[in-house]
Amino acid sequence: MSWLDFFRARKPDTTAAAAKERLQIVLAHERIGRTREDFLPKLQQEIVAVVAKYVAIDPGKVNVSLDRGGDMSTLAIEIDLPGPAGDRIRGAAAS
Amino acid sequence: MAEVIVVTSGKGGVGKTTSSAAFATGLAQRGKKVVVIDFDVGLRNLDLIMGVERRVVFDIVNVIQGEARLNQALIRDKRVDTLQILPASQTRDKDALTKEGVGQIIEELAKDNDYILCDSPAGIEKGALLALYFADQAIVVTNPEVSSVRDSDRILGVLQSKSKRAEDRKEPVKEHLLVTRYDPVRVEKGEMLKLDDIREILAIPLLGVIPESESVLRASNTGTPVVMDAESVAGQAYKDAVGRFLGDKVEHRFLEAQKKGLFSRLFGGRAA
Repeated sequence: MSWLDFFRARKPDTTAAAAKERLQIVLAHERIGRTREDFLPKLQQEIVAVVAKYVAIDPGKVNVSLDRGGDMSTLAIEIDLPGPAGDRIRGAAAS
Repeated sequence: MAEVIVVTSGKGGVGKTTSSAAFATGLAQRGKKVVVIDFDVGLRNLDLIMGVERRVVFDIVNVIQGEARLNQALIRDKRVDTLQILPASQTRDKDALTKEGVGQIIEELAKDNDYILCDSPAGIEKGALLALYFADQAIVVTNPEVSSVRDSDRILGVLQSKSKRAEDRKEPVKEHLLVTRYDPVRVEKGEMLKLDDIREILAIPLLGVIPESESVLRASNTGTPVVMDAESVAGQAYKDAVGRFLGDKVEHRFLEAQKKGLFSRLFGGRAA
């Protein structure tokens, strides 16, 4: 650390601080997993099944990605819907 | 009835055997009758760290398989006479250990000892599970390093779900945190997890902090448990931890970086 750092308002982030933050996030998730089974595969299956009930979708065109964060995790399920030229939409026709 | 204490960590190389040897010796030095058992079948090392490697005749697997009696396999320490060592087998594999066999040994040892220390192998396989199964108390050895802290958290989960106490729905295994290889100089530089951070993450009571010390390697070179080196900071820290375990009020030491005086700055030298 140079003597100029002494005057800086904020100390630079240390690698130890990064270690703590990463540990807190990974352990928060692992502790949940300990008591509950891994529900993600089932969740994905069920959501896709619900969508498939209304829209004809290609099961090969389903993308699932997960980003585990500290305050918030995001689960993105991306399903390619067929274009207007594609299959009919049964759900809309019901009304 | 003896208390059964498992020394565990999940991760390998963090100081389980060093801590088991130091703790067992420290307890015996306080007049307790102690047996320390090596559960690392196939990779035994407690015998070397305790300096009894040349006196091993029978081991825990011989006893379980009825090839030797328990007191033929126990090795009495020549320095502290209330301390005995039960070595692991070097030639068999971990499947030679059975829950019934280990249970019988512990039951028999509990009759005339105060403490039975179980030195766990790394991992969460059979050897490690058996080492912790009968535990009343657990000393979780952790280095200030991400993979060690994560594995400690995992092993705490195993203690809470797979120990006999958990299965019998009895009072849970009493957990103690023992942080080893702590380097206050690196902590001060922000290069190593702080003690408070580890405590916050693992959230179990702190038994002791063993500073990184050259004396640990020196002690293992000669097969002398480091707690017998009264000059070394690690030896003193283990002695303090044993005291705390027995209910003494002992302040934690060696948590701050030593301010180097002019003399040591000029002539170098590190912690003993």
